[in-house]
Amino acid sequence: MVDLKDLIKISDYEWEIPRSFRGDMRVPVRLFATRRLLEAVMDDKSLEQAVNTTTLPGLVGHVVVMPDMHQGYGFPIGGVAATRYPDGVISPGGIGYDINCGVRLLGSQIEYEEAKGHLDRLASALDENCPSGVGTKGHVRVDDAELDRVCREGSRWAQKKGYASEADLRRTEENGRLEGADPGAVSKHAKERGRAQIGTLGAGNHFIEVDVVDQIFDAEAAAAMGLVEGSLAVQIHCGSRGFGHQICTDYVQEFQGAVRRYNIQLPDRELVCAPLTSPEGQSYLAAMRCAANYAFANRQVLAHFARKAFEEVLAGKVHNWHLHQVYDIAHNMGKIETHEIDGQRIKVCVHRKGATRAFGPGFEGLPEEYRQIGQPVLVPGSMGTASWVLVGTEESMQRSFGSSCHGAGRVMSRAKAKKSVRGETLKSELQASGISVRAGSLAGLAEEAPQAYKDVDDVVATVSGAGIARKVARLVPVAVIKG
Amino acid sequence: MDKSRQGYREHEHTADWELEVWAESLPALFEQAARGMYALAGVVIKPGPRLEHRLELQALDNESLLVSFLGALLFLSETQGLAFDRFEILMQEGNLQASVQGAQIAAISREIKAVTYHNLQILESRRGLEARIVFDV
Repeated sequence: MVDLKDLIKISDYEWEIPRSFRGDMRVPVRLFATRRLLEAVMDDKSLEQAVNTTTLPGLVGHVVVMPDMHQGYGFPIGGVAATRYPDGVISPGGIGYDINCGVRLLGSQIEYEEAKGHLDRLASALDENCPSGVGTKGHVRVDDAELDRVCREGSRWAQKKGYASEADLRRTEENGRLEGADPGAVSKHAKERGRAQIGTLGAGNHFIEVDVVDQIFDAEAAAAMGLVEGSLAVQIHCGSRGFGHQICTDYVQEFQGAVRRYNIQLPDRELVCAPLTSPEGQSYLAAMRCAANYAFANRQVLAHFARKAFEEVLAGKVHNWHLHQVYDIAHNMGKIETHEIDGQRIKVCVHRKGATRAFGPGFEGLPEEYRQIGQPVLVPGSMGTASWVLVGTEESMQRSFGSSCHGAGRVMSRAKAKKSVRGETLKSELQASGISVRAGSLAGLAEEAPQAYKDVDDVVATVSGAGIARKVARLVPVAVIKG
Repeated sequence: MDKSRQGYREHEHTADWELEVWAESLPALFEQAARGMYALAGVVIKPGPRLEHRLELQALDNESLLVSFLGALLFLSETQGLAFDRFEILMQEGNLQASVQGAQIAAISREIKAVTYHNLQILESRRGLEARIVFDV
């Protein structure tokens, strides 16, 4: 067990677990958190899991943990770990089962005041157009050949099918398509699960939310993103659905043998890994990229149907019902990137598990309009509370492998949330506070109650205080659609 | 402690679901794990026509076999809408042969993304065998 007294305080927002804490640690752990946020996770296994993560071969720098950290499986949620390319390893569990789970933000010029009379109908239209819930199938069905194209092309596939504009692609991480995806590395089971789920939200903590831009903190950045105080915005949170879940399942299983073949000792079997350049590592990378592209396409199709819902309800009733893409970002992903470590620029595989990329100004992969301000970072809060738009900074490049937080972070188990919150009561309370709610399952709604999460404002104050992201805008919800 | 000879129980986990299962034999442990997983997901089976499905799995060890077995049931639940409530399981040195009987799913309230290996160990205890399984949800 890690105790607060084991941590070295670097600043009010940054702490370290030194290598001396446990004999098998290859690098230290660097935690971005306030004392209060750390105290909130002392009862779960977040810090122990962060220490376990430091045993992966080939790690460089330190394992980074974000303030929205909580216990996961293998890696902690909020964990970032970079392994040296080509002699480090890749760990599927360090990316997660929901490969490229992420968030898309759409902005608008729709003023809340002109739309507020239509929000309840808008919630229903979004619910009808964007299928959600357990095992739901989407409006888009693909055969195996078409699925292979989704795997290779991601959002570009969606554009060819009429679901995306060129601007949507430009404002998506990696333009919505990772190079190196090979459908040949994906199992038949994964493909079977993936064929019917494009354009579906799923269940659990996934959602579509209509927000109002509540406050602007950086006028220049907000203007570049087209975010206007008092206007509506839409967040879409989901990932690669059963397709990604099966790919991760397949490779975590396969790598149980790989760690024996490569004689890798680990404290938790969920951390299994393979050398990046091994046939097993290369095969996983190729399959993971298929799932990443699938998820980009999935959120793109959902964005298309969200726009359709807006048109159905608001066309002719507001001056401009259109939704423009602000950004789309992954928070479960493995990427080959170049970072400066100890004064040297080296190629690494950055595992982000419940953490977003947060590249600073000047990064060439950003669209021109964002190159001066830094990459948008999207931080959805818990249901009924605020969400944030941030941008990456120079410091995030130096201190967190260009990464930041991804949400509020759970503090209460689902079991406890269900016992302490009634879904029906929560729904009534949210509706009474002016938030339209559509939920497939009231039990599922209760599990996602705001009380089960940390205060997202505290989390954002921490990354902002630490300098690894900068505040741009705060959003508050007016309609929530959940599976 | 629950003194019944076999069963399952949910434990607190911040984000996911942790299930404790126990039984006197390995096949019975696997059956309890399947029943517990369906219970966590809120699966209700239709009363209609019954069907049988056969599973043959191989793995490095019993923990891997357990993950594969539950993963195979999740796959059938998602792709064919099937769940099972009768299990005949034979196991021998990393091999599992099972005949599972069930029907179409009438209702399911929660999504299980995957069965993880996190701290998974099948241990001998006073109750026979026990394990804790963490599901990603």
